[in-house]
Parts: sequence; structure tokens; C-alpha cells
Amino acid sequence: MQPLPSLLDYPVEVLRQQFPLLQTTMNGKPLVFLDSAASSQKPQMVLEALDHYYRYTHANVHRGVYTLSQEATEAYEQGRRIARRFLNAAHDEEVLFVRGTTEAINLVAASYGRKYLQHGNEILLSGLEHHSNIVPWQLIAEATGAQIRVVPVLDNGELDLDAYRKLLGDRTRMVAVAHVSNTLGTINPVEEIIRLAHDRGVPVLLDGAQAAPHTTIDVQALDVDFYAFSGHKVYGPTGIGILYGKKKWLEELPPYQGGGEMIAQVTFEKTTYAELPHKFEAGTPDISGAVGLGAALQFVMDAGREAIALHEARLLEYTTGNLLEIDGLRIYGTAAEKAGVVSFLVDDIHPYDMGTILDQLGIAVRTGHHCTQPLMDRFGIPGTVRASFGMYNTREDVDRLITGVRKAVRMLK
Amino acid sequence: MSIKEIQEEIIADFAFFSDWMEKYEYIIELGKSLPLINDTYKDEAHLIKGCQSRVWLHAEMDGDVVRFSADSDAIITRGIIALLIRVLSGQPPEAIGQADLYFIDRIGLKEHLSPTRANGLVSMVKQMKLYGVALAAIEK
Ligand SMILES: Cc1ncc(COP(=O)(O)O)c(C=O)c1O
Repeated sequence: MQPLPSLLDYPVEVLRQQFPLLQTTMNGKPLVFLDSAASSQKPQMVLEALDHYYRYTHANVHRGVYTLSQEATEAYEQGRRIARRFLNAAHDEEVLFVRGTTEAINLVAASYGRKYLQHGNEILLSGLEHHSNIVPWQLIAEATGAQIRVVPVLDNGELDLDAYRKLLGDRTRMVAVAHVSNTLGTINPVEEIIRLAHDRGVPVLLDGAQAAPHTTIDVQALDVDFYAFSGHKVYGPTGIGILYGKKKWLEELPPYQGGGEMIAQVTFEKTTYAELPHKFEAGTPDISGAVGLGAALQFVMDAGREAIALHEARLLEYTTGNLLEIDGLRIYGTAAEKAGVVSFLVDDIHPYDMGTILDQLGIAVRTGHHCTQPLMDRFGIPGTVRASFGMYNTREDVDRLITGVRKAVRMLK
Repeated sequence: MSIKEIQEEIIADFAFFSDWMEKYEYIIELGKSLPLINDTYKDEAHLIKGCQSRVWLHAEMDGDVVRFSADSDAIITRGIIALLIRVLSGQPPEAIGQADLYFIDRIGLKEHLSPTRANGLVSMVKQMKLYGVALAAIEK
């Protein structure tokens, strides 16, 4: 294996200083935060953007003739433009503000399903999906009579691409898979998944919740039809996220929710809808969220996504190596390409017990099924202990984790 | 001993521990040592679902007192179950139904009985008390 270049050029300590919550303690110990896959902490810039917005710019968007409303609209639309650059989308109006990944997938499932799905059609998911990329499809499958098919997961946590090729068929109407697995860390071969689907004229939705914080995303290069991610996992506020959709799709799909903002003209006989993106943004949007998300995405782009990815890859490698030296420890998810998370169990120690002891030591990890119950069933386990990384984690964080796990094992065995 | 007296005893026991490690080591010991439930009761019917760890609970009358047995797949949860059983098992149903379990807070384990912990313990305590109320009603 090629040794990765030196970490010296990545200013982790400087970046870390930007996150006030990382300077605090938990149970009397300096906080070691290893749960960024669930939600990341927020840098000063994002907090300031939110504060500044409410102090100096707030008014409702898109309808006021007065200056303040126009400034608020501009701040909101600026968030959209930053998100467009983050995804390298071709047009601003392909970038929709939603509450998060969950709402994005529900939107596509409902709107696409209503228009295109019929009895006997198939929706292709994978065995490593988060519940939020399963249940919305189940709901629309139930309503339309479509069927869900599942691409199996191999023992190392990679998708079985041979099976995928066979499952893609004349009945397939949608492929929806995670870009990066939140439980195993697997980076799926999405280019190939998309190419194979497009060969058969099938659109693809990528759940990018775990990819957005760790990789560079280029929706045009991917040629992906829909891409969803949550702001709060990319250092932005909670309650805001992005759905990217190719213009041709968004123009075709019926609206998801009705209300103000999304209409051109309303009479009781007939309503015509507003242009994109407003057609999909009914009601007063999360304006401050869009501003905060813009600040967060800009922060990530300024720090450099390749530099962040490299730093996190090194941490992951360091963590994996050190964990594997612990007797009886098994890592779930050993795909060749991984990002952001490491899931493990030690002998028959219950993840709840491990998490409880680590909590006492000031170390925040996630335990349980991580909203991927079918995947846990696939491996025959009730859950795992998951450590996940952000741009601000250090080797010292990992050292504390390793010491903590060893201590927990001594106590629990 | 009454429910109150047993709680006082447990609080006194825990006062000896100087840090969280000793406390948890003790709870883990409790969790390891107890034969908590007859295997035939470890089935769906006795399962209280917690999203993180699972708990099984069984109750039966023994003369005029209630005997509880319970188990969990997580050891720390088992240890806390052992304490709950020590307090509530062998008590008259009426007293169980009315019990104020203040010891949990006093020994610093409150967070384990928080509904957000999703370990099944909150539901278990509710279920134990419900048994108390129901069995008291049947007795009458
Ligand atoms: C892969 C994946 N998809 C979807 C989600 C759901 O994201 P949100 O709860 O922000 O809508 C998550 C978050 O846990 C995730 O990790």
C-alpha cells in the first residue's frame, strides 16, 4: 500500500478551534466526539451566519417589494448558489431546499411514484440502506402496486454488483442507493451503478447523507438523476438539506406539497405551479437554515474537500489498525473503498454496554442498529459500536477511543 | 424489609464507591452473577422492546407477594435489573404499584432510566408497577 502523505499540511488544530462545542467536556472529561455521522458539530462561521441573518437580514422571502425582504431573498438564494457549486450542478433551480435527506427521498418517492410507478414495476434498493431510503419507497410501492427488490451486500460490506446487473430488468423504474453507507462506511461504485441503470433507461437516486461530508460530489460527472443530503451532517444547521434533481425530471414531476410560494396562479378551478425551484418549496422555507447551510458548505469548500477526505482516510486507517490489535474485536465493513465510519464489536460484549462505558470516559460514539436493521439482520447482529469522523477529529481522539475500548473490555469481560 | 428500607440500603452501599468506575464495576458484577429468569420465559411474550437492548420480564404470585424475574442482553442493563428486582420482588402487589423508586436518582443511574436511552428499562419499571396494580386488584 502507498503510504499517505504527511498530515502536517492539514491544519486540524486550527480547524478544530472553530468548533465551540468541541472545547467542552462530557462527564467531566474533555469531549471526544466520534459521532459526526449522526450529526456533525458546527463551526463558528455557521453560528455567526445564523446570528447575523436574524439580527440584520430577516424578513419573509420572495414576496416583499421592500429592501429587507429582497435582502433576505438574496441571502436565501445565495445559499442555493453555494449548494449548486458544492454539487457542481448545472443550474440553480436544480437545487431544492428540503428538511434533509429524509424529506428529499420522500419527495422523490412520492412525486416520481405518483407519475411513473404502476403495478408490477420494480424499485431497486440495496441491502445497506438507511431506513429513510427504504420506508418512503415502501409507502409508494404500497400505494402503486410496485415491488421493491434488493441488491445484496457481500461479507465485506460491498454491494454484489453481479446481482445488481441481474436485478436490473425491464420492470425496474428506479434505482435508489446510498453513495456511502452510514453503518459500514462502504463507498459504493456509484458511477458504475448509474451507468448500468442508464443503459436501461432507469433513473438513479443517490442518498448522499454520508458522502457529502467526506467526498467531492459532482452531479454532472456522475450524471445522477437525484442526489440527497442533509445540512446537519456537513457542519450546517439541523432542519435543512438539499435535493438535487435534473431539470428535466423536476419539470416533469408533480409537486410534492401544495401551498404558498409554489404557485403561479390559484383559482378554485385550477392552480398553475410556479417555476422551478419554487414548485417544490411550498410555504415559508427555512431561510436561516439555507443561510447557515451556505456558510457551512463554503467552509468545507474553503478547507478543501480533498484535504479533508485525505485527513479522514488517514484517521480511519489509524483507527482500524489500532482497533484490530484488540483481542476479539471484529470490524464490520471491510470494503476496499471506505469513508468516515468504523463499526465494530468485541467478542459478545453488547454495544449498549460498550457505549455506556465510553460515555463515562467522555467519548461519544453511536451504538445500535444505526437505522439499518436489514443490514444488521444480514450480519446476524443486533447492532454495532460505530465511531465516525469529521474534519476536526485528531489522532488524540482516536487514542482516547482505543484506550477507552480497552478499558471497557476489561470491565465488561 | 420494605421497599423504602431496601432502597436506603442500596443507597448506603453505593455511597462507598468513590468514582464511576467502581460503581459500574459493581453493577457489571451484579449483571454477571444473577440467574435472573427461567429460560422458558425468554420469549416474545415476555419481551419488552428497547431499541438498544432487550429486556424480558416475568411476574408471579408467591403467597401474598410478587416474585419478579427478568433479564437483558446487555450486562449493565442486567445489573440495574438486579437492583430493581432486589427492591420490588418479594413485595406485596399494592406496595409495588405505589412504589416511588427514588434510589435510582440517588445512586446516579437516572440516565439509564431515561426514555431516550431506549434500553427497555423505563418500560420494564412501568410494567412491574402495572403488575403490582393488576395483581392487587385480583387479590381483592
Ligand atoms: C445514509 C443516510 N441516509 C439518510 C439519513 C437520514 O438523514 P436525516 O435524518 O438528516 O434526514 C442518514 C442519517 O442518519 C444517513 O446516514
